[in-house]
This record gives sequence, C-alpha cells and structure tokens, in this order.
Amino acid sequence: MREVELLIIGSGPAGLCAAISAASSGAKVLILERTFKPGGQLVKQTHMFFGSESQYASHRGVDIAGILLKKVEEFGDKIEIMLNATAVGFYEDNVVTVLKDEKEYFKIKADSAICATGAFEKSLAFPNNDLPGIYGAGAVQTLMNVYGIRPGNRVLMVGAGNIGVIVSYQLMQAGIDVAAVLDAAPRIGAYLVHASKLARMGVPILTSHTVKEAIGKDCLEAAVVCEVDDHFKPIPGTEKRYDVDVMCISVGLSPLNELLAMRGVEMKYVPQLSGSVPMRTESCETSIPGIFVAGDASGIEEASSAMAEGYLAGLCAAAKLGHVPEDFEKRKAEYLKQLEGLRSGPVGDRIRAGMKSSQL
Amino acid sequence: MFEKTGVATREMVMTKFPPIERINKGPIAIVECYQKIPCNPCQTACPFGAIHIGEDINNIPERDENVCTGCGMCVAKCPGLSIMIVDGSKSEDTVEFRIPYEFMPLPEVGEKVVGLDRAGNPVCEAKVIKVMNPPSFDRTPVVTLEVGREFLYDFRNFRREA
Repeated sequence: MREVELLIIGSGPAGLCAAISAASSGAKVLILERTFKPGGQLVKQTHMFFGSESQYASHRGVDIAGILLKKVEEFGDKIEIMLNATAVGFYEDNVVTVLKDEKEYFKIKADSAICATGAFEKSLAFPNNDLPGIYGAGAVQTLMNVYGIRPGNRVLMVGAGNIGVIVSYQLMQAGIDVAAVLDAAPRIGAYLVHASKLARMGVPILTSHTVKEAIGKDCLEAAVVCEVDDHFKPIPGTEKRYDVDVMCISVGLSPLNELLAMRGVEMKYVPQLSGSVPMRTESCETSIPGIFVAGDASGIEEASSAMAEGYLAGLCAAAKLGHVPEDFEKRKAEYLKQLEGLRSGPVGDRIRAGMKSSQL
Repeated sequence: MFEKTGVATREMVMTKFPPIERINKGPIAIVECYQKIPCNPCQTACPFGAIHIGEDINNIPERDENVCTGCGMCVAKCPGLSIMIVDGSKSEDTVEFRIPYEFMPLPEVGEKVVGLDRAGNPVCEAKVIKVMNPPSFDRTPVVTLEVGREFLYDFRNFRREA
C-alpha cells in the first residue's frame, strides 16, 4: 500500500493552493484529481475574477489555473498530481481507496489529508425536468469553454446567481441566444455588475419567476414560466412560454464532502454554507486531528476564498506534520486577514454567519 | 428596481457622472459600481491613484475627478466591466465613449453601430472611432465610439447591425 505524507483530494483552486502552501513548508504532497485535467472549475472560467491581487483578481479563472500549476511545477520534487483518480472511500485508519482510469482500484494511506473536493450543482423539480436539453449551468459551461461544443441555439437560464448570469454572458459570447434569466427570489443574487452586463445586452432578468414545466417530445422544445408570490407560490394566469432548446439550471451548489462524513468527522447542516459541512477550527482542521478541509467542500463561497482557504489549510496541515516555516504565524495571519476581507462586506453576511456556526 | 433587473436608474447613474464642465474638459472614468463586493483591481490599475477603495476591499470605489486623466487603464481591468471613459472635449455635438466589448467579431473603425442603453434598448446610432485590443487588456477589447451628446447619460453598450 502506498503511503503519503499529505494527501489532497481535489486539484481545484483550494487543492492547488493547499499543495503549493504545504510544499513550500517542506511537506510531500500527493493530489488526487478525478478528471483528466487539473484545475477544477477554474479551467472553464473565462471571466475575470473579483477579489484583490492576492487572489489574482482581474485575471481569468482559466489563466489562474495556469499560474497555480506553474507554481506546482516549481515544487516538482514535492508535489505529485495523480489524474483520472477518484477517491471513493476514506476510512478510519486514514486509508483512502482510489479508482484510477476506471479500472485500477487501490489504497493510499495518508499521514494527513486535506479534503478539497468542491461542490455539486443543485437541481430543480418541475414536470419533464429530465428532457434532453436541460442541463446544469456548470455542465453547459464545461461543454462550451472546455470542449468547444455549442449546447444549442436558444437558452433559458434558471437562476440569477453569479453562475447563472456569468454562464448566460458566456453563452452570448459563443453566439448563442439567451431568451431570459429567471429566479424565484425577489432580487438578483449575482453581483449586480454581472447582471448589468447582461441587462445592457438586452437579456431580460425576471426575478420572482419560476419554471412551471418543460415541454418537448424527445428533447426540450419550450419552457413555461410563471411569476411567484412572496411565498414562492406560482401566481395563476402569469404563465409565459419560451421556445428554447436548452434550459440551464443554476439554482445553487451544495458542498461535496461525503468522504469526510465517511471518515467520521463531525458534520453539521449549515444553511448559510448551502448544506452539510464539517465542523472545523480557524486553521481548517476538522474534528479529527490531521484531517483538514478547504474550499467549497467546507461551504459554498467564491473561488477567491477557496484559494485563500487552500493556502491556510496547506500551511496548517504541513505545520501539524512538523513542517513549521519560520514565518508560520505571519503567513497564517495574512491568510486569515485575506479571508476576513473577502467575507467582510454585505455579500459576506451569510458566509460569516455560516462560519460562526461551523466553528469548532 | 436595480436589484430586480440589473438596470441602474437614471438617479443612480447621475451619481457616478462628474459635472458636465469636467466632461467637457477631457476624458474621465465613470465607475458604475453600485454594490459593496470584495474587489479592488480598479484601484490597483490606476497609475495616478485616482480611484480609491481603501483597506476594506468591499468599499465602493471613489474616483477623484481632479486626478483622473481618463487614461482608461482601469477599463479592461474591472472584472465587472463597470467602467467606461467619457470625453466631451472633442465636439459640441458629440461625446466619445470608451467601453469594454468582449464579443467577436470586433467592429471596424468607421462602422456605424446601434447604441444601446442600460436595458439593451436601441437608443441611437454610434460611430466606431477606435478599437483597442493589446495584450495588456487581456482579451477585453476597448472600443471608442462617437455618440450624440443628448445620449450622454443613456448610451452604455452597442451592437453591430446583423
């Protein structure tokens, strides 16, 4: 059985930053990545990021993946990335079982681990929601921006959060018509600068609206939407039909962290963090010593926070393994300060409440 | 209303414009950032220190009309594409706008395009004066357009004729 010092599950923004941080302290790191390409969701993000210089603000997500991977390369003797390798189990003796290339199945024993597994897209229940042509918005973004495939010709976007409006804009950049963006909430959830970009392209954003049903025989042909009242109840007589061949569902993400639950760390349902999350310390350590969490797996936030959290978790996990750099306290304080800055404004209210209730 | 549609009201827009005398003097950045979000590249991008956000990166940027030269370094750097440059010094009848435009194919210099307002409604004709797309803009081209002066507070975007 292979033994590793620090195992990082996931090579998205949190996992890569954790690896860079831990390796720079001297830890030996193995990263498991379930796809054929490292970078997680960064690889499909063609828009510029928010945040400050420390989180590569104003760079495009896909380019940030490149910057981080270059740093990973600089620690070539310390960091290994195993691709097409899915962690499928996490046991009490810190053994992680791995399925590689969908054929090899083996065990890895880790002295310490960081779970940076990200998130999954929520779905929405309405009649015929299983028709071909109805996608998660993230899937459409992958099709377009990673594989260069047009998902269809005319799209209805369901969800006006950041992902919904960003993917709508990128659909238009790809020459695809966006009929409308709708959201059951009374207000736009996305950063309003993103919403304004769409609005001035002439795309209507319909708040207090939901999908009543999808129509189509073999694939999506149309969608019927309607207004909802203050209690999210459909208002009869407000139905509108959109002839579309694609519907994107972008109604939020949930943390993906079943591995941690399986390992036995203390979990808690925290609505502000969008699901069940591990309880953790300020240093991103869970209730089991040596098991850390970073990024969306610990609660849904922006990629900028995932990177800062990754750097923090990597630093602290390495320190716990005995790799304590001289400037440990200074670096830790810096990452905590970055996170505080990213979470301090009004859009961070929810996150701060969630952090408080998931703190060990 | 803004939080429901993404379309800023005239009152909101006016708070971001300097007095017309300043616009007539020469180019200046209009920073249409209305919401406190954690973001500060505009401050970092400005070579003159004309955009201030401060220690808390959630603060709304403040542009000093006396310091801003309208150089446009911030335009392609804003992740929300919320910044444009206006210049009323070129003519009594028209104003020049420099706006970010991330769609292909790019317009040609001299081309007549349809000027759109903040809700995407066609409001005027606009003439393309210049198209800038240097590597430093990182794939956010900036297009300079000439627009009738009466559309100073309405014009915000354009589309090419089919």
